[in-house]
Amino acid sequence: MNLEKVIFGFFIVLAATLNFGFFIGDIDNPSHHDIYELFAAIVVSLIATVLKFGDRTQIGAVHLSTSLVADLQLIAAAMVWGYAAHIAPAGLTPDMTAKIVSLSGGALLANFISVVILIAETIMQRR
Amino acid sequence: MTPLPRHQSIFFLIMRRLRAPLILLISIIAISVLGLTLSPGVDADGRVHYLSFFHAFYFISYTATTIGFGEILYDFSDQQRLWVTICIYLSVVGWAYTVGTVFSLLSDRSLRQAVQTQRFMRAVRRLREPFFLVCGYGETGRLICSALDRLGQRAVVVEMDENKVGEVDLHGYAADVPALAADASNPETLRFAGLTSPHCVGVIALTNDDSANLAIAIAARLLAPRLPALCRAESAETAANMASFGTRHIINPFEKFGDYLGLALQSPPAWQLLAWLTGLPGTTVEHHREPPRGKWILCGHGRFGRVMVQALDRKEVPLTIIDRHPPDDVDHRWVQGDGTGAPALNAAGVKDAVGIVAGTSSDVDNLSIAVTARELNRELFIVLRQNHYSNHALFDAFDADFNMVPSEIIAHECLAILTTPLLVPFLEEMKQRDEEWCNWLLKRLTGRFGWDVPTVWSERINLSRTPALYRRLMAGEDITLDALLRSPHNRNEYLACEAVYMERDDDDHLIMPRGETVVRAGDELLLVGRRAARSDLALCLANEHALTYVLTGEDLPGGWIWEKLAGRRKARVHRRLPG
Repeated sequence: MNLEKVIFGFFIVLAATLNFGFFIGDIDNPSHHDIYELFAAIVVSLIATVLKFGDRTQIGAVHLSTSLVADLQLIAAAMVWGYAAHIAPAGLTPDMTAKIVSLSGGALLANFISVVILIAETIMQRR
Repeated sequence: MTPLPRHQSIFFLIMRRLRAPLILLISIIAISVLGLTLSPGVDADGRVHYLSFFHAFYFISYTATTIGFGEILYDFSDQQRLWVTICIYLSVVGWAYTVGTVFSLLSDRSLRQAVQTQRFMRAVRRLREPFFLVCGYGETGRLICSALDRLGQRAVVVEMDENKVGEVDLHGYAADVPALAADASNPETLRFAGLTSPHCVGVIALTNDDSANLAIAIAARLLAPRLPALCRAESAETAANMASFGTRHIINPFEKFGDYLGLALQSPPAWQLLAWLTGLPGTTVEHHREPPRGKWILCGHGRFGRVMVQALDRKEVPLTIIDRHPPDDVDHRWVQGDGTGAPALNAAGVKDAVGIVAGTSSDVDNLSIAVTARELNRELFIVLRQNHYSNHALFDAFDADFNMVPSEIIAHECLAILTTPLLVPFLEEMKQRDEEWCNWLLKRLTGRFGWDVPTVWSERINLSRTPALYRRLMAGEDITLDALLRSPHNRNEYLACEAVYMERDDDDHLIMPRGETVVRAGDELLLVGRRAARSDLALCLANEHALTYVLTGEDLPGGWIWEKLAGRRKARVHRRLPG
C-alpha cells in the first residue's frame, strides 16, 4: 500500500462525492443545495488538482485536465452564487439556483470521469 | 557520464516541488474562510449576523496576501477577531513556506542547469545559418571563436568549465555565441549543441583531454558522418585512433610546429607564405629572420622536444640536447643540466651554435633560457615555446625569432581548413615547389596586398553559388580569369584579389592559373585578396547585370519597363542584320 496513492484516491473520490451531494436535489430549489457543501467541493477539488501536478504519465495528464475542468465549473458556480446573493437585486432566485446547480453538474461529470480513470488505472495495475 | 536533464521536465519539476506548499496554502485559506463564515458577528442593529462566503473570501484574500485593507461590512465581534488573529498567523506560515520553497527551487543547481540547457537548445535550434560546433573554450577555442566571429561565421560552444562558459558572454562577440557548460564527450550534449542540425558545418574538438577529443571524433563520425571534424590530439596513439575512425583532420600542435620549423629551415619563403596565408584575420604577419643552417641546441627533451629532434634530423642539422635526463636515443650530443644557466649552455657550445630551441613545458624556464642564450651569443636564432597564451605580453617583449604557441597553431590550422578547404592542397603543392618559385609568389602577393593577413576564400562555379556566370558558361561563352576578375564599379580596374589555385572537375588542378585560363563550370577557385574584393566578385558572379558590365562594358537596364524597351531596340537591331 502506498500512502500517496491512498491520499490521491481519497481526494478524487471525496471531490466527486461532495460535488454529487451538492448537485442532488431539485435543480431550482435553493434549500436543496448547501453552500458549505459547494465550498468543500471547491477546496477538495483544488487540492486534488494540485496533487496531480508533476505527473508525467499520460493518465496523469488526463487526470489533471479533468480536474482543471471541474475546478473551472465549480468556481464559476461559486461566482454565480456570489453574484446572486450579493449583487443581483432579486437575490438567490430559483432561476439563479438552476444556473449554479447545472454548472456544478458539469463539474460532477468531470469528477466522475476522474473517478473512472482512477478505477481504470487501478484495474490496469498488475500487482 | 550523467545524462543531461530533459528539458521538458522543468515545468513538471517546478510543479512537483510546489505541490506541498500549494496544498498548504489552499488548506489554510479554506480553513480561514470557513471559520470566518461560521463565527457569529453583529450587524448595525445588534442582530446576529454571519459573513457570507463571498465576504469571508474577500476578507481573507486581502488579509492573507498582506495587502491590509480595513474595509468590512460591520465591525467584527470578538469571536470573529479571535478567528481572524489565528487566520493571520496561519496565512503567514503558509506564505513563508511557499516563498521559501520557491526560492530554494530557484537556487537549485539541477533546475538552473536544466533551464540553461533548455535556453541553449532553443538558441541552437533557432540558428538558421551555418555554424561551427566548438568543443572546449580554452585558449585555442577562444582564438577560433573570435576569428570565426570576425569572419562572420557563427559558432556554438560546449565547455566543461562553467567559469569559461561565463567568459563567452563577457567576450563581446558581434554575433551571439550560444554556450553550454557540459561534458562534450557525452554524445547527448553534442546532439543538444546541434551536431545533427542541418546547419552545422563542422565540429572542432579542442578540449585539453585527448580522450574527450577522441570521444567527440567518434560521435561526430557516427552521428554526422558528412561533417568535417577537426580534432586536436597530443599523443600519437590518440591520433592513430582518430584516424582509424575516419576523422578527416587531426591536429597535433607539436608535430605541426615541427613541420613549420622544418619548412622554415628548408624553404624560408614557403614558410613565410604559409604564415601569411594562414594568419588570424585582422593581424599583420611580421617579416621574420630566416633560420640559419648550422649547429642547433635543444633545451628540454619532452614531448615537444622529441618532435623537434625529428624535424631537425630530417633536415640533417647537427643538434645538441640539454636536458636533466638522458635522451632515449644516443645519436645526439647530450649535455646534462638546466638550460636556464650559462654553464650548461656553454657546455653545449652556445658560442658557435646558430640556433636554439627553448622547448620545456615551463614558460618561465623557456624565457630564462632564451635570455641567457642571447646574452651569450647575440646572433643566435631563438625558437621559443610558449605554453600559455596568457603569457603573451612577456613573449612579445622578448622578441624571439620564432614563437611557438600551440593554441595559435591549432587555431590557424583549423581556420584554414574550415573556411577554405582548397587552401590545404594549395599549401601542399607549394611545399613541393622550389625556393625560387615560392620567393616569386611571396614577392608577388605581398607586393600587391601588403603584409596584413589577406582574405582567403574559395569560389565554386555552379548554378547555386554563381548563377550569372554559370548561365553564360552554359550558353557556350569562353570567359577568361583575366576578364572575370575586374571591378564591377570600373571594369578597367582589376579586383584586389588573385586566383592562386584552380581545381577542375576532372581531378585536374592549376596552381597560379594564368589570366588567359578559361573558366569552366564546376571549377573551384582559391582566391587571395582584400575583403572588399570578395564581395565585389560575389556580386559579379551572381548578378547578371554586374557580370555583363564586367565582361562587355554594357550597362544593362534594371527595371522591367527598361528591359522591355531595351529588348525592343535590340530586336530591331537584329532584324536589320543580313540573313
